[in-house]
Amino acid sequence: MADDTGGDLHLRDVTKSFGTFTAVDDLTLTIPQGSFFALLGPSGCGKTTTLRMIAGLEEPTAGSITLGERDITHAKPYKRPVNTVFQNYALFPHLDIYENVAFGLRRRRAKDVDKQVMEALALVELPHLARRKPGQLSGGQQQRIALARAVVNRPHVLLLDEPLGALDLKLRRQMQIELKRIQTEVGLTFVHVTHDQEEAMTMADTVAVMNNGRIEQMGAPSELYEAPSTTFVANFLGQSNLVTGRRIAADAEAVTVLCHGQTLHVPVSRCGTEDVDVLLGVRPEKIHLGGEAQEVAAGLNSFAGGIVSDASFMGVSTQYLVRLPWGQDLTVFAQNRGIGEQYPVGSRVTLSWEPAHTFALAGDATAGVESDVAVPVG
Amino acid sequence: MAIASVAHTGPAAPPPVPPGRRRSLTPYLLLLPGIAWLTIFFVVPIVTLFGTSLQVPAEGGETGVFVQAFRFANYVDAVTEYWAQFSRSFVYAGIATVLALAIGYPLAYMIAFKAGKLRNLLLVLVVAPFFASFILRTIAWRQILADEGFVVSSLKWLHVIPQTATVTASAVAVVAGITYNFLPFMTLPLYASLERIDPRLLEAGSDLYGNGFTVFRKVTFPLSLPGVVAGTLLTFIPAAGDYVNAALLGRQPGTAMIGNVVESRFFRIVDYPTAASLSFVLMAAILVLVFLYIRKAGTEELV
Repeated sequence: MADDTGGDLHLRDVTKSFGTFTAVDDLTLTIPQGSFFALLGPSGCGKTTTLRMIAGLEEPTAGSITLGERDITHAKPYKRPVNTVFQNYALFPHLDIYENVAFGLRRRRAKDVDKQVMEALALVELPHLARRKPGQLSGGQQQRIALARAVVNRPHVLLLDEPLGALDLKLRRQMQIELKRIQTEVGLTFVHVTHDQEEAMTMADTVAVMNNGRIEQMGAPSELYEAPSTTFVANFLGQSNLVTGRRIAADAEAVTVLCHGQTLHVPVSRCGTEDVDVLLGVRPEKIHLGGEAQEVAAGLNSFAGGIVSDASFMGVSTQYLVRLPWGQDLTVFAQNRGIGEQYPVGSRVTLSWEPAHTFALAGDATAGVESDVAVPVG
Repeated sequence: MAIASVAHTGPAAPPPVPPGRRRSLTPYLLLLPGIAWLTIFFVVPIVTLFGTSLQVPAEGGETGVFVQAFRFANYVDAVTEYWAQFSRSFVYAGIATVLALAIGYPLAYMIAFKAGKLRNLLLVLVVAPFFASFILRTIAWRQILADEGFVVSSLKWLHVIPQTATVTASAVAVVAGITYNFLPFMTLPLYASLERIDPRLLEAGSDLYGNGFTVFRKVTFPLSLPGVVAGTLLTFIPAAGDYVNAALLGRQPGTAMIGNVVESRFFRIVDYPTAASLSFVLMAAILVLVFLYIRKAGTEELV
């Protein structure tokens, strides 16, 4: 609907309750026009409900949704310049591919339907399938048609509900790149819901991590990854090593934390808590593994006395589990560059890393650990 | 094309089974009871009936004794004589089918999409009439549609129908009875096909700028067509051959359907050849109509 002006999508204090269950809890969010925005979270975190409220398929219990200047909180789905790519594609089985793609155009009595449909099919590189029925297409092809059916309407906002969930890994990788290409080509605002952190990081400009109906943290993928502001984000987005410690000193530059007898430093800008009890975090690939005898360079954070309890070779890298003297296992990814030592199980090692790669958080060290997620699907 | 690089190499074809060996007898054994049943109780009687339809009364004129004469003119005589009853049967059955569809579709739609927890209860209510005798229920409609009864007098009081109208023993009563008796046969297939529709398709329709009515017209109704076809066939076919409604709710011969003629030819007048040829004509006519209808409805196009 190119007739009214677009603009940013705003959600203000949006709440959605189903009976006593609050799926989305006082959510405020701005999605800039033309951005690729990802809502990332475990199942049941409220991301799909948020998407459905933007689409108009659910009505918020409280709060407002505006697109540019227009309040669409209570607008019917068919009156919104918003289209959805559904999780199971929801292609109309009784219509052929051409008519599926033309559906929205015909409803709006668009001119030159034929040209627009063929352009949309060309965009997803499947113009030769125009006269097939959806049942005759593979999963990946159906996914592309679902995308074409939505994009052809040139909505202000395109919603993608786990669009790649049903595809196998290899196809998913390809489609991630394709989706990004199409988004750049058509310049629409994409709101992508996914539970796959890698998918969100690969494609989105901005990622909002949701948990229990709230946004935990929002920002560029690298920002979320390098400086998570909650333990949930630290664990849900990639892997983190979190070690308990006590804040013992602070100056303008760095906070000093005592962890199991070891003094470590965190830049003030990366310390997300004022508490005395902190969780000190570092990503597995930031840690350098050194032999017991090796000297740790001055100014690095380090833990000595680790014992390699497991080493799994994964091709590009080796994943080590290192048991520290207080019984905690830390994960270390070492790149297989062919230089540096391999450490077999049982080796005594020292772990070291840059203070600038350290972050400090308050909260529950196990929040957002994938195996820990046991929330109702929805 | 990016997708093309993901080549799917299917598993190699299984080695061919040597012909004549290992062919399982199981499918044929499973078919056996059905085939035996149909042969004994359908094929044999229908061949016999066809034979009967070509017979003529025996010399000497004793009632009920016929001899085979291969007289195909029996068919011409039967159709010429009972043309009116044939057309009446199809008209009544047609009207009743349309009425049953008009009543059954909203009912099935409501049960499938809007009933929530009441769904199972409503489905039981749809089939509940089957727990009472077909004949008794049809006789009850005589009372319901009696000229001095509540329904007719209310309609007259409201001036919906003229004061002089009679419903008792009329075509209206017969069509009403047929509609009522076959309504569950319409509703259940409709429900089955509506219930199967993925609600996400309806959401997709409304997401793609279709309002409620458009989504119904472009998505729900086309996807329910298998149910419409099944329901109309299950109503129309037995309705066209029905004689109970016309016998109990109609008036002879004014509202007689072909079923009534067959019944009286067989059991009262004891004219087996005419009754048999009428049965065959009815069967052939229904087959032709159904064939044309299915071609038109294009069920093979449906999923």
